Amino acid sequence: MSRITSFLRQPIVVALILIVLLLYLGELLSPGFASGAQILRLMIVASLLGIVAAGQNVVILGGREGIDLSVGGVVSLSAIIAGNVMNGADGGILPAIAACLLAGAFFGLLNGLGITLLRIPPLVMTLGMLGVLQGLLVVIRMGIPSGQAAPALSRFVTQPLVLGVPGIIWLWVAIGILMAFMLNRTVFGHRIYAIGSNEHAAYMAGVPVRLMRIALFMISGMFSAIAGLCLLGYSGSSFANVGEQYTLTSIIAVVFGGTSLAGGKGGYTGTMAGAFLLVILQGILTTVNIDESGRQMVFGATLLVLMMFYGRGRAMRA
Amino acid sequence: MAEIATSPTYRRAGGIRRLLERYPFLPALAIVLVLLALNGVFSPNSLSYRSLTGLLSTYMALILLAIAQTYVVYAGDIDLSAGSILSLVNVAIVVLMERWGGGAGAVLLALAIGLLIGLACGLVNGFVVAALRLQAIVATFATSIFFTGLALYILPVAGTPAPTIFWRTYGGRLLGLPFVFYILAALVVLLTVLSRTRLTTQLLAVGDDQQAAYQTGLPVVAIRIRGYLLCGLFSALAAFCITGDTASGDPLVGGKMTLFSVAAVVLGGSALSGGWGTVVGSLLGALTIGLISSVVFFMGTPSEWQNFVQGLAILIVLMAGVLAGRRARP
Repeated sequence: MSRITSFLRQPIVVALILIVLLLYLGELLSPGFASGAQILRLMIVASLLGIVAAGQNVVILGGREGIDLSVGGVVSLSAIIAGNVMNGADGGILPAIAACLLAGAFFGLLNGLGITLLRIPPLVMTLGMLGVLQGLLVVIRMGIPSGQAAPALSRFVTQPLVLGVPGIIWLWVAIGILMAFMLNRTVFGHRIYAIGSNEHAAYMAGVPVRLMRIALFMISGMFSAIAGLCLLGYSGSSFANVGEQYTLTSIIAVVFGGTSLAGGKGGYTGTMAGAFLLVILQGILTTVNIDESGRQMVFGATLLVLMMFYGRGRAMRA
Repeated sequence: MAEIATSPTYRRAGGIRRLLERYPFLPALAIVLVLLALNGVFSPNSLSYRSLTGLLSTYMALILLAIAQTYVVYAGDIDLSAGSILSLVNVAIVVLMERWGGGAGAVLLALAIGLLIGLACGLVNGFVVAALRLQAIVATFATSIFFTGLALYILPVAGTPAPTIFWRTYGGRLLGLPFVFYILAALVVLLTVLSRTRLTTQLLAVGDDQQAAYQTGLPVVAIRIRGYLLCGLFSALAAFCITGDTASGDPLVGGKMTLFSVAAVVLGGSALSGGWGTVVGSLLGALTIGLISSVVFFMGTPSEWQNFVQGLAILIVLMAGVLAGRRARP
C-alpha cells in the first residue's frame, strides 16, 4: 500500500495523471479536444516551452537560488536574429542556427560571469540582463526590418516529418533523452546535482563550481536560443517580445515537473510533463467560451491549486 | 568559500564600513546624487524646482511599490504580484469614483475601498506563501495572473478617466507647496514609525534565519503574512499615486512595474535573501531608476538606443547595489 502511495506521489506521476484528467476534461468541454491532431498541435506549443524549460531546469538544479529570468529576452532576440539571418531562404538556416547559439551562449556567459565572479544573486543578474536584452531588441528592430522564417524551418515546426509527427516534437524528445542521459549518466550531470545540493562539499570534492555554474547559464542561453529559432518557424515572422511569456512559465513548468527551486533535486523528464500540463491547461482555457478576464482568473487559481501537489516547503518545527 | 576574506576588509575600511553599517543606503544616495548632477550637466533645466516636482510625482508610484516590495523581501520572500495589485486597485478606485459621481466623498470612500482591496490581495499572497508554504516566486506569479484577471473584469480596456478633483489635487499645490511634497513628508513619517515597530524587527529576524526565529518563539507564519499585508497596503498607496499621475484607469498599468520594484529594492542595498535592508534604500533605488531614464533622455541618446542604454545602466547600478550592500552587512 505504501509503495503505491509513494509511487503516486512522484511529481512525474502526478503530472501525467493531471495531463490525462485535463485532456478528459477538455474533451468533455469541447469534443475533439483530445483528438490526435489536436494533441499534436498542443505538443508543438509545449515543445517550445519545454526547450526553454530545459535550460531553466539545469540552472535551477545547480542551486544557490539559481534562476534565469533572462530566458524570455534571449528567446525574443534569437527569433529576431534568426529571422534576419535566414530572411526567408532555406540556405540561411545553418548560419542562423550558429548565430542564435552564439548569441545565447554569449548572454549566458555574461550572466554566469556576473553570478560567479561578482557573486551577484542570479535573480538580480538575470533580471538586469533581461532589461539589457529588451533594450537590444528595440535597437535591432529599428535598424533592420525583422526577417522571415525559411520555408524549411516552418515545415520542420508545423508539418509532419516522420510518422506523422512534426520535427520539433522529435527534437524535443531527443533533447529529453539527451538531458536524461546527461543528468543521470555523465560526470557533468552528477556534478550539477552535487553543486545544487551542497556547493561547499562539491567544491571540497574538487568540482570546479564556478566553471560549472557559468556552463549552466550558457546552456540555458543556448536552449532559449534554440526555442527562439523554433518560435520563428512556428509564427512565420518575429514580432516584438515574442519570448516574454516564457520567462515565468518556464519556471512553473520546472516546478510542475518536480524540480525543487532550492536546487539539487529533480530532473528533466518531469519538466517535460510539466510543460505539457501547462500548455494543455492554457489550451482548455482558450477553447472554453469565457472572456479574457475569466480565463486569467481561472488560470491563476488553477496554477495555485496545482502547486499544492508539488514540493511545498517544510513546516516549521522546533 | 570566500567568506573568510571578509575579515581583512573590516580593518582596511573601518570608518567607511561603520558608516555603511549605520546608514546602509549611502551608496544608493551617492548614485542618486551623481545622477542628479549628470542630469544637471546635460540639461540644467532638469534640476529646476518644477522638473524635480514632476519627476517626484511621476515616480512616487514606483517609490511606494518598491517600499511595498521591501517589506516582503525583509522576510526573505518576494512578491511578483505587487504590480498587478497596483493595477487592480487603480481600476477599482477609478470605476468606483466614476460610478459614485466623482465628488470628494466618493473619492475618499473609493480610496478606503482601494486600501481594503490592497490588504485583501496581500492576505491572499501571505496565505498561499506562508500558510500553504508554496514557493513565493511561483505562487505570487500565479496570484498576479489572478489579480490581473480581476482587474480586466472590472475594466476590460484602459481609458476610464479619474474625476478631476482627484488628479487636480495630486498634481496641484496646497498652501503654496506641490501636493507630492506632502505625500513624501507623510511617507517619511510613516516609514519612520514603521521602522520602529516590532513588526519590522520580526520580519528581519524571519528573513535572517527562519528556523532560529521560530525557535525563539516568533509566530513565523503570522509575521510573513503581515509582511505581505504591508506589501498589499503600500501597493494600494502606489495605485493612488499612479491614478493621480495618469488620471485614468488601466488594467495593465502595473505589469511592467513589478520587476522594477524588485530592482529598486536591490539598488537600495537590501539583500533579496532577506534579513537585511532599509526602506530608505528602496526609495532611493526607485528614484535611481527614474533618474536613469531622465539622464538617458537628456544625454541625447538616439531614441532606438534609449531602452538599451537604460537597461545597461540599471544592470550596472544593480551590481553596484549588491556589492555595496554586501560590504555594509555586519
